[in-house]
Amino acid sequence: MDDGSPVAPDRPALVGRNAVDRLYRAALTGLALSLPLLLVALLAELVASAWPAITRFGVRFLWTSVWDPVAGVFGAAPMIFGTLASSLLALLFAVPLALGVAIYLTEFSPKWLRQPVAFLVELLAAIPSVVYGLWGIFVLIPFLRGYVVPPLRGVLGWTPFLQGVFYGNSLLAGGVILAIMIVPYIAAVSREVLLAVPSSQREAALGMGATRWEAVWTAVVPYGRAGLIGAVILGLGRALGETMAVTMLIGNRHDIGLSVLQPAYTMAAAVANEFSEATTNLYLSALFEVGLILFVVTVVVNALARLMIWRVARGTAVGSRAL
Amino acid sequence: MAPPADARLQLEAVRLTALYGRRAVVKDVSILFPAHSVTAVIGPSGCGKSTFLRCLNRMHELSEGGWVTGTVLLDGADVYDAGVDPVQLRRRIGMVFQRPTPFPTMTIYDNVAAGLRVNGGRSRGEVDAAVEQALRRAALWDEVKDRLKKSALDLSGGQQQRLCIARALAPEPEVLLLDEPTASLDPAGTQRIEELCHELKHRYTIVIVTHNLQQAGRVSDYTAFFYLGDLVEVGRTEELFTKPAQEQTEAYITGRFG
Repeated sequence: MDDGSPVAPDRPALVGRNAVDRLYRAALTGLALSLPLLLVALLAELVASAWPAITRFGVRFLWTSVWDPVAGVFGAAPMIFGTLASSLLALLFAVPLALGVAIYLTEFSPKWLRQPVAFLVELLAAIPSVVYGLWGIFVLIPFLRGYVVPPLRGVLGWTPFLQGVFYGNSLLAGGVILAIMIVPYIAAVSREVLLAVPSSQREAALGMGATRWEAVWTAVVPYGRAGLIGAVILGLGRALGETMAVTMLIGNRHDIGLSVLQPAYTMAAAVANEFSEATTNLYLSALFEVGLILFVVTVVVNALARLMIWRVARGTAVGSRAL
Repeated sequence: MAPPADARLQLEAVRLTALYGRRAVVKDVSILFPAHSVTAVIGPSGCGKSTFLRCLNRMHELSEGGWVTGTVLLDGADVYDAGVDPVQLRRRIGMVFQRPTPFPTMTIYDNVAAGLRVNGGRSRGEVDAAVEQALRRAALWDEVKDRLKKSALDLSGGQQQRLCIARALAPEPEVLLLDEPTASLDPAGTQRIEELCHELKHRYTIVIVTHNLQQAGRVSDYTAFFYLGDLVEVGRTEELFTKPAQEQTEAYITGRFG
């Protein structure tokens, strides 16, 4: 109790830092830096292992199609094409579905339904890739063959995209399975983005006599568009790198064709399939280069997605100057 | 209160109670809004004045758990009638919010046109003309006519709020609800909005919620005082401010609470 005495109690010294605190700080700094370092090490290792192929084939590797391990000639164009084509096909199916789910859950659904549906959609992301592959072979492909491809051909059979015999394993099957696999990611992130749109924007639209639907398209979606694009790119990043299910469904043929009914190949599938058969150094090196290309593409795509989502989450992209 | 006998009653709340779940925040309020007048709704924070305003164009029911009993009449028609589409109603009763809410991804022009677009069915020329008219009425045209294609966020806060007024005016409503429209503005911006109220009342019926008593005194013809969800008193502004009938009103306007 204060008795008016002028004697000050012992104070901790102002100078010097706690030694344990410093140790703790150093340890955590080391741990935090180890992950970026791992990324750099991974990249260095990929470049080093791919070096023989890089020096041998140069940039031609990116656009030549011959993949002949016996003759030692390698070109990755079919795999790059197949990776991009299957991923874009996946986006074509997944984006409307995922955006629809996100818009429904944030703007239209009854409150009690939101959590269960969001949970179930996100549960799709927890299913192992190989299970998707099995399901694709035994359920999806017969379904596509029986009910989707025939009517599709009836309407759009004249386009170059639906030529040839449909055996099942194809760009289409790979694209559809990828779409199902990336829907939960796009839907979950889109939902977060839409929830972050201030309710004042919704009210402004509703207050001027917009319907719910019009409010979504004039106010909510435009406000969150950078984040929504980020969500889509995040899904693209996952689709580009997905391996197992695609390998089981896409047909694994080194070929470039416009028809989605024909087999194709992706970079991830090629590395997974051929790694154990790569008997020569050059073959192995070519596969490493394929891995390197995939690594660079997915890192760039993911970085782009994060950047766009981050800009929205921080409010620096839109709206902050309005407040 | 007794509005002039010749005044048309445009908007009327009849025994209106607004609730969140089971909690009533506006209690049994009946009030008349004569056409082409400005009515100020004043009262301390949390007195239900904003909620009351949001009942007039059926925005309250969009809030979580929001519902009402009693009713609101627009030109004698019950706006809470089962057959009434709240979307159509809100095109006749425009609203402006506390903070400016321009659509940040749109240009100045598109912000104003947004209210017309949702109504649909206009040619480009008609939209151009309507946008210009709305911006003129909101006293913003001269400041933005050379930069209609610029982002709405390039405007100052006060300009943004007048842009929101223009957006609300574009669909040609009959009633304009202003929910503390100057709460986030500087004195100059506030003055422009207040001047605008005087000009706009010749065409529109205006209800303005404000916590600023001087503002209520400057802009309104009638003033309603709310306290804890009850309508304590309503009357001609100069009468309510000079000789209030209720003790609570006097206490509030003389600054003894609130």
